[in-house]
Amino acid sequence: MKLRILGLTLAAAIVGSASAQAQDPVEACFVYVGSKTDGGWTQAHDIGRQEADHLMGDAVTTKFVENIPEGADAERAIERFARSGCDIVFTTSFGFMDPTIKVAKKYPDVKFEHATGYKTADNVTSYNSRFYEGRYIIGQIAAKMSKTGVAGYIASFPIPEVVQGINAFLLGAQSVNPDFKLKVVWVNSWFDAGKEADAAKALIDQGVDILTQHTDSTAPMQVAAERGIHAFGQASDMIKAGPETQLTAIVDTWGAYYIKRIQAVIDGTWESQSSWDGLKDGILTMAPYTNMPDDVKAMAEDTEAKIKSGELHPFTGPVKKQDGTQWLADGETADDGTLLGMNFYVEGVDDKLPQ
Amino acid sequence: MELAVAVIVTIVTAATPLLIAAIGELVVERSGVLNLGVEGMMVIGAVAAFAIAHNTGSPYLGIVGGMAAGAFLALLFGLLTLTLATNQVATGLALTLLGLGLSGAIGEPYVGLPGTKLQPIEIPLLADIPFFGPILFKQDIIVYASFALVAGVAWFLFRTRAGLTLRSVGDSQTSAHTLGISVIRIRYLAVLFGGACAGLAGAQLSLAYTPQWVENMTAGRGWIALALVVFASWRPLRVIAGAYLFGAVTIGQLHAQALGFGIPSQLLSSLPYLATIAVLVIISRDRRLTLVNTPASLGKPFVPDR
Repeated sequence: MKLRILGLTLAAAIVGSASAQAQDPVEACFVYVGSKTDGGWTQAHDIGRQEADHLMGDAVTTKFVENIPEGADAERAIERFARSGCDIVFTTSFGFMDPTIKVAKKYPDVKFEHATGYKTADNVTSYNSRFYEGRYIIGQIAAKMSKTGVAGYIASFPIPEVVQGINAFLLGAQSVNPDFKLKVVWVNSWFDAGKEADAAKALIDQGVDILTQHTDSTAPMQVAAERGIHAFGQASDMIKAGPETQLTAIVDTWGAYYIKRIQAVIDGTWESQSSWDGLKDGILTMAPYTNMPDDVKAMAEDTEAKIKSGELHPFTGPVKKQDGTQWLADGETADDGTLLGMNFYVEGVDDKLPQ
Repeated sequence: MELAVAVIVTIVTAATPLLIAAIGELVVERSGVLNLGVEGMMVIGAVAAFAIAHNTGSPYLGIVGGMAAGAFLALLFGLLTLTLATNQVATGLALTLLGLGLSGAIGEPYVGLPGTKLQPIEIPLLADIPFFGPILFKQDIIVYASFALVAGVAWFLFRTRAGLTLRSVGDSQTSAHTLGISVIRIRYLAVLFGGACAGLAGAQLSLAYTPQWVENMTAGRGWIALALVVFASWRPLRVIAGAYLFGAVTIGQLHAQALGFGIPSQLLSSLPYLATIAVLVIISRDRRLTLVNTPASLGKPFVPDR
């Protein structure tokens, strides 16, 4: 939290100096996959948008559309923004990647920023957050807190970002307890409270006593609270859904990034890039470590510090793939390319990866 | 054993909203009206139930509010399709869009607030029966209501005079009209009943299934309820079978995944739909039976001669 406030003040300072030159406000537009009040992924993006809106004052106006399904509808929504005079369009879901690239070709003067994908163009930047760093930490916490030695993972779609998260979680857990097991359930949706709750119940009924999720609703947290086990929040701090349940949450804090990029448009210095920031850049933060003994908290804080300083990379060898073949040799760390295209499990995942 | 009980209890929770919404729509369709707005009425019921339960602290008032909200949207549908004789399919679709949009607007201040969970009511003695006790007699009031609704509707439609009248309106609106039956009035009552049921199903979602409010929380369940009515070939008891089969396959596939059988999850996720299609195919093999059960006036607007 402190880090985030620091980041904001810093950003405010930059903005303050820039807004002195009066000119037409830059219009920044956001396309959301879910509802801006989903309590998770989209809400985190919208908080970032609001921060930009408030802190950048008259220099910028923002617009957004919510609940845009991935696919053909997305292209229409993005194009409408591009045509209506947006200077920069942020498309905030993996499935918006191809539509963004397509629309960007038609509107070379508009800048586009696509979240969590891998394609770029002259006017398309891809930005992402190293969520897996947080996943490694919560994996360690899970292994310390679990009595059954099995955690449950509610997953959305088998895309690299999600697979990274599953692997990082398990590697974190195995660094504490080498026999730690992970059950994965795919709900094939980013946001379906009922289905997520059902998946949570199924996992708990089969003996997991820690839940984590890569879906966007707070329903799994609620089920965990009801059944008296622990869980981790996703994308936003979900402590309100489980005051006695949440151990911590991986919180996405996009505000500083959005401000930086919109400022670049104002200054005329915007360039296409691939940005993949992590804990040290403050693009993701850990919610307060709660409901755990002091030694577990100390371990988590220590790991967080080590990841920030670069001393620890979650994907450091020796790591074997699920089929038992060697992936990373002793001391070797995974390169970003492999991570961004990750389509295999590491050893110990009790699931077959959907292809 | 314990696992089986836990699984079945989850299935009941998942099947109940489908069952309630479907039984309501079944009555509507039996009267000859096709209301495709189930999803919209359900979601408005969910938000109303949550809001009222949150403000009053009583989930039971929430249930009443949810049913009233669903019935209110149904009334709107009735005004358009029955009084003004608009196209039922288009109006129903519009109703769904209206419900989804309106519920989002109404529900904005309630997002992320802790819900008031509907507590199960244990029926003394019966709840202690091993296996069946926790499944049948340790549920919340909406689950009990769903059983009563199906039994009540089955009895009403096929064992009472009023039920016969309702079915006659659905089968041949002109004959019923000639006999002096008020087609429009009966259809209004059926549509309102369907709306209240959809509202109740929504209330179950936001008070019992996942006690919270999130936009679009029905996530297509209204459409599944609509399909279940056809699946059941307009027979109330078959709706139970359909809803529970769908619920069982939905929950079963999650367990299959958690057990790690190694079956692709996309295939497992499509299982409930595949099962529904398979049963539909089997049922519709007998064309005569299907024709007997299908309300002949379904979807046709009624404009009496003056």
